[in-house]
Amino acid sequence: MDHSSLAGRIFRGIALAMVLVFFMFPIVWILLMSFQTNEQILRIPPRILFEPTLANYEALISGQLRTAAGNLQISFMRNLMNSFLLSSASVILALLLGVPAAYAFARFKFRLGETIAFTLLSFRFAPPLLVLLPLSLYYQQLGLNDTYFGIVWVYQLIALPLILWIVRGYFEDISPDIEHAYRLAGHSWREAFTRIAVPLAGPGIAAAGLLSFIFCWNNFVFALILASADKQPVTVGALAFVTASGIQYGQIAAAIVLSVTPTLLLALYAQRYLVEGLSLGAVKG
Amino acid sequence: MSMAELVQTDAVPRRPKRRRGRLLPYLLSLPALLVCIAILVPFVTAAIYSLQRYRLNLPYLRGFIGVDNYIDFLSDPAFWNTLRISLVYTAVTVVAELLLGLGIALLLRRPTRFHNAVSIMLLLPLMTAPAIAALMWKLMTNPSFGILSYLVGLLGVHDFKWASDPSTALFTVVLVDVWVYTPFIMILLLAGLRSLPRQPFEAAALDGVPASFVFFRITLPMLAPYIITASLFRLLDSIQQFDIVYAMTQGGPGDRLMVFQVQAYLEFFQYTNVGRSAALLMILWLITNILSNIFIKNWLRLRARAHGHA
Repeated sequence: MDHSSLAGRIFRGIALAMVLVFFMFPIVWILLMSFQTNEQILRIPPRILFEPTLANYEALISGQLRTAAGNLQISFMRNLMNSFLLSSASVILALLLGVPAAYAFARFKFRLGETIAFTLLSFRFAPPLLVLLPLSLYYQQLGLNDTYFGIVWVYQLIALPLILWIVRGYFEDISPDIEHAYRLAGHSWREAFTRIAVPLAGPGIAAAGLLSFIFCWNNFVFALILASADKQPVTVGALAFVTASGIQYGQIAAAIVLSVTPTLLLALYAQRYLVEGLSLGAVKG
Repeated sequence: MSMAELVQTDAVPRRPKRRRGRLLPYLLSLPALLVCIAILVPFVTAAIYSLQRYRLNLPYLRGFIGVDNYIDFLSDPAFWNTLRISLVYTAVTVVAELLLGLGIALLLRRPTRFHNAVSIMLLLPLMTAPAIAALMWKLMTNPSFGILSYLVGLLGVHDFKWASDPSTALFTVVLVDVWVYTPFIMILLLAGLRSLPRQPFEAAALDGVPASFVFFRITLPMLAPYIITASLFRLLDSIQQFDIVYAMTQGGPGDRLMVFQVQAYLEFFQYTNVGRSAALLMILWLITNILSNIFIKNWLRLRARAHGHA
């Protein structure tokens, strides 16, 4: 089965090189752009060698953009903070709600459990706007529109199914006999849960948490509908940023780099678990 | 199973404890149930809205009109355009991503250090927020300084307008979708390929069976459950694509990329026609619901195998 003929190896080498160029080039190019001034970006032909500048990042971090038309205030760092806040709060809430439920679904067969698990799963695949648009009208009545709490609550739609189904798989893989023996030694179920089951499923719980963080961070449509400018995460903020007048291209590139760096780093860190997480535990990596 | 043993240990003689043991799973899943209800309420509301004449700017006209919103779609070219664009978008992206993803997975099949490094690098597009990915490609296809516009110019194609030209807008958005999501198919199929038993391949190699026969008669059939699950995952997400299309063109130019969710979003926020928007989303939900029923069956089978209950 090894294609060890010379022609085969050359073909595979070229094909792999093309794959790498297609998938890596945009990231590298935007990274390079983020260190260029507008004049350098607009130069034709484009150059790969240039004198890098940190001005774009400085402008974003200080929130002061100097343009030809004068000074412009931008709140990009605020968007970045919002992303951190919303994603972390959502994941913590989803873990608190989801891990005990996942344990119940894995250890006890009961009809309500299956119903909940499948309802959440099938809504993972329902059009998000179907839930979001009526919800936005409810939120207006309840005063939850444009509140961190309201956004964290809908982010459970992303984080909870993920945590429920992945962590459930990990609990199912642990033999109940261990907890059984521990319970026979006179410990309560709560002790068995916190001292045996949760530590044993630890890697799965951590992976599910990291993945939910990434997916919450990358979400766009929830906050587009439910958040106004000062609660918006980077995904929505960056889009508004592009259309703002007087923004320079290098600053857009720098904003893109800042908004993808956290998730890309987490993804590299958690890559061992990504296969399982992306398939909701259907495929093991 | 050992599940029964655990239930038995719960049956400790004293009565109140037994009742608590029986209630326990319900108590643990209560918060998840709450979230379920919080999802189901807006969902039912949307279903009701879809049967109403309901415009935010004309609240006094609000009333029950049965399935009129749906019937109106039948004679509405905008609806048929949305349906057509969504289906074309879905078909093109899923087929392209499947072929490309399968090809890359086959290239990376042997678990060498280099192949593993490449597969990890390919995760990066997938972990980029799709809306941000669209922005990246927007910068690269900008007519005045975009590197891709420059490169196609070198190839002799001038004035290639990418997403802002009706004839190339779909191609451009599909390209971004392929960039983001091909790695998804690739990593699922790669995991599948590497988990296949070795014996059939070793036997085929010993017998000198030609590579094309091995691929079509051994590899593909054994990989089928993974291919089906990965494509259904993508199919369900692709027909609901919003982020990339909205960030790139907001459904334009004109109505060239008016996929379901973008159209529903505009109906709601631009035309404030809640009833129509809800009806549109209900139709999309119906399509995805049929697909997701097929999906869940496949996914459960694969999951049972992954966790060793097959």
